[in-house]
Amino acid sequence: MSGALYCGVDIGASAAKLVLIDESSAVLARVVESSGVDYAGIAQSCLERALGQLGRHADEIVWCVATGYGRNNVEFAKSRATEILCHGKACHHLVPGAITVVDIGGQDNKIIRLDEQGRQLEFKMNRKCAAGTGAFLEEIALRLRVPLEQLDALAQSSTQPVRLGSFCTVFAKTEILSHLRQGVALPDVIAGAFESVASRVLEMDALPGQVVVTGGVVAHNPVLEKLLSRTLGRSVIVPPYPQFTGALGAALCALESSRKTL
Amino acid sequence: MQSLIPDYYKELGEAARSGCRKVAWCSSVGPVELLRSLGFAVYFPENHGAMLGASRRAADFISAASALGLSPDICSYMTSDIGAFVQGKTALTSAYGLASVPRPDVLVYNTNQCRDVQDWFSFYSRHFEAPLLGIESPRGMVDVTSAHLRALGQQYQNLASQLEPIAGQSLDIDRLREVVASSLRCTTLWQEALRRGALRPSPLSFLDATVHMGPAVMLRGDPRAERYYEQLLQELDRRAQGGKGAIADERIRLYWEGMPVWGKQAELTEVLAAQGACVVASTYCHSFVFEGLSHPDPFEGMALAYSELFIARAEAYKERYLRTMAQEYGVDAIVFHDARTCPNNSNNRYGLPQRLRAQLGLPFVVIQGDLNDLRLFSEEQARTQLEALLEQVEAGRP
Repeated sequence: MSGALYCGVDIGASAAKLVLIDESSAVLARVVESSGVDYAGIAQSCLERALGQLGRHADEIVWCVATGYGRNNVEFAKSRATEILCHGKACHHLVPGAITVVDIGGQDNKIIRLDEQGRQLEFKMNRKCAAGTGAFLEEIALRLRVPLEQLDALAQSSTQPVRLGSFCTVFAKTEILSHLRQGVALPDVIAGAFESVASRVLEMDALPGQVVVTGGVVAHNPVLEKLLSRTLGRSVIVPPYPQFTGALGAALCALESSRKTL
Repeated sequence: MQSLIPDYYKELGEAARSGCRKVAWCSSVGPVELLRSLGFAVYFPENHGAMLGASRRAADFISAASALGLSPDICSYMTSDIGAFVQGKTALTSAYGLASVPRPDVLVYNTNQCRDVQDWFSFYSRHFEAPLLGIESPRGMVDVTSAHLRALGQQYQNLASQLEPIAGQSLDIDRLREVVASSLRCTTLWQEALRRGALRPSPLSFLDATVHMGPAVMLRGDPRAERYYEQLLQELDRRAQGGKGAIADERIRLYWEGMPVWGKQAELTEVLAAQGACVVASTYCHSFVFEGLSHPDPFEGMALAYSELFIARAEAYKERYLRTMAQEYGVDAIVFHDARTCPNNSNNRYGLPQRLRAQLGLPFVVIQGDLNDLRLFSEEQARTQLEALLEQVEAGRP
């Protein structure tokens, strides 16, 4: 295999993602690892794994863009961009047209509005609060002693989701215990937690036009796609590999940057 | 002029220690001219609050105030100041050598900014058993009418009568006129300095302006403040003539609406400067411009100056004001700071950013934070949002 490589690496609060693309923007490799505490090391590890999958070398990468909270720790990146820009870039690439991007991350949520040409019109991040983020679901899973990866299946089996009234993660956990004491079935409690996430996300901003949902939380919990569509009253789009959207956007930025310097 | 603020605090400390002058505590946008003309040495607790915020130790003090029953959701200037006091600490020690805040002979508030200052001063009034006086200003005004001014002017006259026995002297109306005239000259010069921000590149940033506003807050009515701003203007003009901006390579001009995040002012300035962005104007620094002092009657002049403030006005006025400022300073985007403990200075909460965007086409961002309580501020989130705003401005350019 030959040809130039373009790299995007997204060091998020929970997971580090790396994507390699070619000159036609086709994805050649994807790698995800837990972010851990050594951002520089995890970025390097992701890179080595991706190159290993392809049997390629680092010197074949023309440009690399880093994004996410750990973007400044990625030593091999040539430039940096915010995850807001990168998610917008990738979503416009995958779903051309005027769209509203909803990214549900481990630590924060973003809403990004793009016009027909993919230009960013506005963006919004969640307040300094875990409600509506992946961290909320992690907390709930921990309290219920349910492995994270089982949350989705349990929620999908719910017949009568409970309604959680609390904004606060701590108060929501107390509320959940109260429901369990009253005999509410576990799947209904977990479905209620997912509905709470959907509600917190949708109240962040008006969501005009086609809504595209990305991020690790929706990648691991397809139930959210259903809940968001139902609450919004119209279908949302979840692009393939939603957890890699930020990294893909960074790789597309890398490709653009290399062309600008020609 | 570098010794101006240290000298001011030295004089204040001496007044409190020796009793050679009576000490009045005054809210920052309060009737300082009246106090100065009655011979008081005037201390501004809000400045102390800002110093505690800049020291980044405010959270420790806020906890102490919380333990007294003061909610961490109320003004963090107030809670950090009171918390420091009950712990026997003050930022004035390391900065100016004062062992404590100066003991007040009287405390004078104005509710034009918020109610918190009234409660804040009440705490100290109880503690020091010192009289508490104040001006109860109307808020949320679309226009400041003659009825407002008459009523407020009367309050200022009554206040003067209450202050005279504490000062031990009668009010000399000619002295009051002199002090008000000096305040007006100070304010005019400060306004001129801020207007240099309209130049390209701007010779001063928000960080610079928050440093230089000290005399406009604490020494207006004192001729030394006038001299400070005369020199500042000369310096700014020199910089402007040399084409020297506050930051290197100014490409993006921003407006800052709301309180500074005192403990992160330098960091935020650096984040912006790294991308060629400079905050060239702010509501906060312009709030210490008091054109109303030009009124021929000194009482109604103070009434007008301290009631027509941005913070005391209705949303419709604020919208007009921000629109004009954005246009006059040629900004590319607006940063709104939603300060958790300062709702009256957080103007993103009633849809104003969205209305301004519709009218001006300017992008904006809302940063969640606080003036003093850094527990309410996420540096990483703020950095990402600011950088995303700058990316949006750059991408929107031809």
